Amino acid sequence: MKELELYIHIPFCVKKCNYCDFLSAPADEKSQSAYMEALKKEVSYYGKQFADREISTIFIGGGTPSWVKASYIEDLMREIYASFTIAKDAEISMECNPGTVTKEKLEIYKNAGINRLSMGLQSADDEELKNLGRIHTFEQFLENFNLARECGFTNINIDLMHGLPKQTVEKARETLEKVIALNPEHISSYSLIIEEGTPFFDWYKEDLILQENGETTKLLPKEDTLYQIEKMSQKYLAEHGYIRYEISNYAKKGFRCEHNIGYWQRKDYLGLGLGAASLIENVRYSNIVDIEKYIMTVCSDCKAIREENDVLDKKAQMEECMFLGLRMLEGVSKNTFAEAYGNSMEQIYGDVITKLEQEKLLINTADRIYLTDKGIDVSNYVLAHFLF
Amino acid sequence: MAVDQSKIRNFCIIAHIDHGKSTLADRIIEQTGLLTSREMQAQVLDNMDLERERGITIKSQAVRIIYKAKDGEEYIFNLIDTPGHVDFNYEVSRSLAACDGAILVVDAAQGVEAQTLANVYLALDHDLDVMPVINKIDLPSAQPQMVIDEIENVIGIEAQDAPQISAKTGLNIDQVLEQIVEKIPAPSGDPKAPFQALIFDAIYDSYKGVIVFCRVMEGTVKVGDRIRMMATKAEEDVVEVGYFGAGQFIPCDELSAGMVGYITASIKNVRDTQIGDTVTNALKPCAEPLPGYKKVNPMVYCGLYPADSAKYPDLRDALEKLQINDASLHYEPETSLALGFGFRCGFLGLLHLEIIQERLEREFNLDLVTTAPGVIYKVHKTNGEVIDLTNPSNLPDPSEIEYMEEPMVSAEIMVTSEYVGAIMKLCQERRGIYLSMEYIEETRALIKYDLPLNEIIYDFFDALKSRSRGYASFDYELKGYERSELVKLDILINKEMVDALSFIVFKDSAYDRGRRMCERLKGEIPRHLFEIPIQAAVGGKVIARETVKAMRKDVLAKCYGGDISRKRKLLEKQKEGKKRMRQVGNVEIPQEAFMSVLKLDED
Repeated sequence: MKELELYIHIPFCVKKCNYCDFLSAPADEKSQSAYMEALKKEVSYYGKQFADREISTIFIGGGTPSWVKASYIEDLMREIYASFTIAKDAEISMECNPGTVTKEKLEIYKNAGINRLSMGLQSADDEELKNLGRIHTFEQFLENFNLARECGFTNINIDLMHGLPKQTVEKARETLEKVIALNPEHISSYSLIIEEGTPFFDWYKEDLILQENGETTKLLPKEDTLYQIEKMSQKYLAEHGYIRYEISNYAKKGFRCEHNIGYWQRKDYLGLGLGAASLIENVRYSNIVDIEKYIMTVCSDCKAIREENDVLDKKAQMEECMFLGLRMLEGVSKNTFAEAYGNSMEQIYGDVITKLEQEKLLINTADRIYLTDKGIDVSNYVLAHFLF
Repeated sequence: MAVDQSKIRNFCIIAHIDHGKSTLADRIIEQTGLLTSREMQAQVLDNMDLERERGITIKSQAVRIIYKAKDGEEYIFNLIDTPGHVDFNYEVSRSLAACDGAILVVDAAQGVEAQTLANVYLALDHDLDVMPVINKIDLPSAQPQMVIDEIENVIGIEAQDAPQISAKTGLNIDQVLEQIVEKIPAPSGDPKAPFQALIFDAIYDSYKGVIVFCRVMEGTVKVGDRIRMMATKAEEDVVEVGYFGAGQFIPCDELSAGMVGYITASIKNVRDTQIGDTVTNALKPCAEPLPGYKKVNPMVYCGLYPADSAKYPDLRDALEKLQINDASLHYEPETSLALGFGFRCGFLGLLHLEIIQERLEREFNLDLVTTAPGVIYKVHKTNGEVIDLTNPSNLPDPSEIEYMEEPMVSAEIMVTSEYVGAIMKLCQERRGIYLSMEYIEETRALIKYDLPLNEIIYDFFDALKSRSRGYASFDYELKGYERSELVKLDILINKEMVDALSFIVFKDSAYDRGRRMCERLKGEIPRHLFEIPIQAAVGGKVIARETVKAMRKDVLAKCYGGDISRKRKLLEKQKEGKKRMRQVGNVEIPQEAFMSVLKLDED
């Protein structure tokens, strides 16, 4: 049976964080319940459409899926199992934010089939957490984490963000130390991205320009500091048995996130829920982003909730294969490329590869190409070369 | 169908910029019923998009109007709208040669301005009768009587019965129409004499070839006649003759002495037509060509390069076509190490440069890189040779130079008394030499300065306007060359000299200009994977330096399923930016950087 990944979006959170530009917002009980009902209808609709596929991974993201009533998640999972064929060993992840979970909730998740938790910690420093607009302290996170272990979750990811305002290399190291002491299976470590339309953008936009130009900044760490934080993180994580397998992801052996790997390897995925994106047979879709409209449309005409579609021609597929695939540290296999597109990677990208090799940003072996450490540092520069 | 010469009036409208020429032309066209008010749009004669956007007239336009006068007779008006900016004086002068009279529009609130004077003198040089009109009397600040007195005192033409109008509201336009009949003389010339016509403009049409705009002085031309261009000796058979409707060509049987119209003769080679040339009948030629035009020489030069070097032939064709109706545009091929093949082009001024650049980009769909504009310097070499330097890269080695001269202009600035101080300070800063100041009225002064041309080509006009809150007006003419201490300022990027960024500058300004140029370039050049020094140097000696720091890292963004389209856009933007770059050595320089010298005075 052909595989398919499933992503489910829960667009609710207690409070919007100061840096967040995700599709999520606080909502009352009534809209949550209406949304969850609509979501189940969408699940059931697409279950029929994809009866011939086997679901290899599921990821319930948000927002904060752990904030809504646990029974909603239970019902949702029941609907998913009833509508789709789920692989026996499927990785089933859910995002879980500190300050929103209880033992009871965790037990329900576990019984519903969820076997991997992704916890958004971001920082182990309470002051940094406060500035980010997070609703929890490090203490609260600890409690939640320990509860999860007690409930038998043996595959937990912790999200960490660096490059926070006023952050120094030492502070970043303290966060890492505290996190590694807990021995999670997986760590996502990425930079704070300051997006337009967020309070952070208003607070730090001048600094951002200085940072981008390598100049001295006021509150954001300057580029050199950011560089040192990242080098420190890489080294520290490696020393503690975390293998970097993607630009911003580290895992202990055997605990890579299969769902996310699917995105970078261009496996088909079906996104359900508000604003969720899908890739099905080289067409990219995304669902409408207005919640009222979403609920109404699901009830009347389920296929109309897909707003955009972008048909990827062969060129676009090759570009994606490279700029997504190179995010993986193992890089892109030349065989896989040639089999998929009928041309060798050298034929298509020979000049680019040679140039980037000369700049010491890329390593070119007989069977694959992958980024060097320096190439990872300037990944956007490198990846842009693979667009036609 | 013979046309009664006594019923023809050929005239143009002249004015200082913004005094309402094009609006008056609009009203005349509307009130004579050539166009209904439904068909009217503002600035009907300005048919270039660029003209409407900027609210200025760049090209002269002609239109034929029928006016039924109060005496019961029908008159043919040939109205030629002309540009007002000093850069386009040449264009004005061409149109004047086709006319017998001129309407002088003066703003009732602002009075006589520098360009009012300049244009009146041009008209008088062409023996035109000048008929004043006071415009904008609907403005609360209008002082028509004062302006009338000013016209009489300052210009010395009778103005007591000048129509007091508002071109905007249409007030008293009827008086203007009547006065055109009374005051503008009818043309003379014998329709039976050998054909003799002045080419005052031409355009290229891909179907008809070159369309020649002419004023018939003597004789008659009709379809089938064999004509000869007296200067180029080209001969062709006339395919069509006609006159100018509103925005269209209207064919007619013949054009005879006194008429303004067009001729097409399947002229495919654009070089066969020269504006200012005389057209005659090849079989029965006139004895002498008409005096034609004074050849104008460009004052400002810059390099124009296609952004995409493969478009070089397109740029050449485009320049050739623009030159047909803009003889003041000069160009010759040049090569730059940084920019490849392009042209060194000469212009009458900076506005002219800007307009040509925009026309090339819009009308010919070209993407251009422009280098820093400069003037023509005279370089006296130790071996006695004198060269005209239009491209800084061609400056001989300093050891071969005895001395250099730069062009000077005589400038006349008219300004209200409260801004006299500010304007004098500006002229002083631009190395001006004060000549005189006289009060033409109690509150208005005419200040005269000699200024180096290279100090006024960049932004003098803007500076003048901002320092006088728009109350100063300005006119200049080339005075001659004077010896000056000049140096070539070179820019080195990552230790390599970028020829397209070199420019000639007054010695004492070199340090300041070099420093600002480096700062500006630092802001324009994106970070590379290595550090890039930017240096300004004079004669091999570095006088200023900035550094573009090496890019060490991008931010480590996550990339989930929903981010992929966004990620692609980000990378596309990065890639797109690269396409607009020029590679110099191993540094990629954005095209905008080559124009950054133009913006040095903005900060």
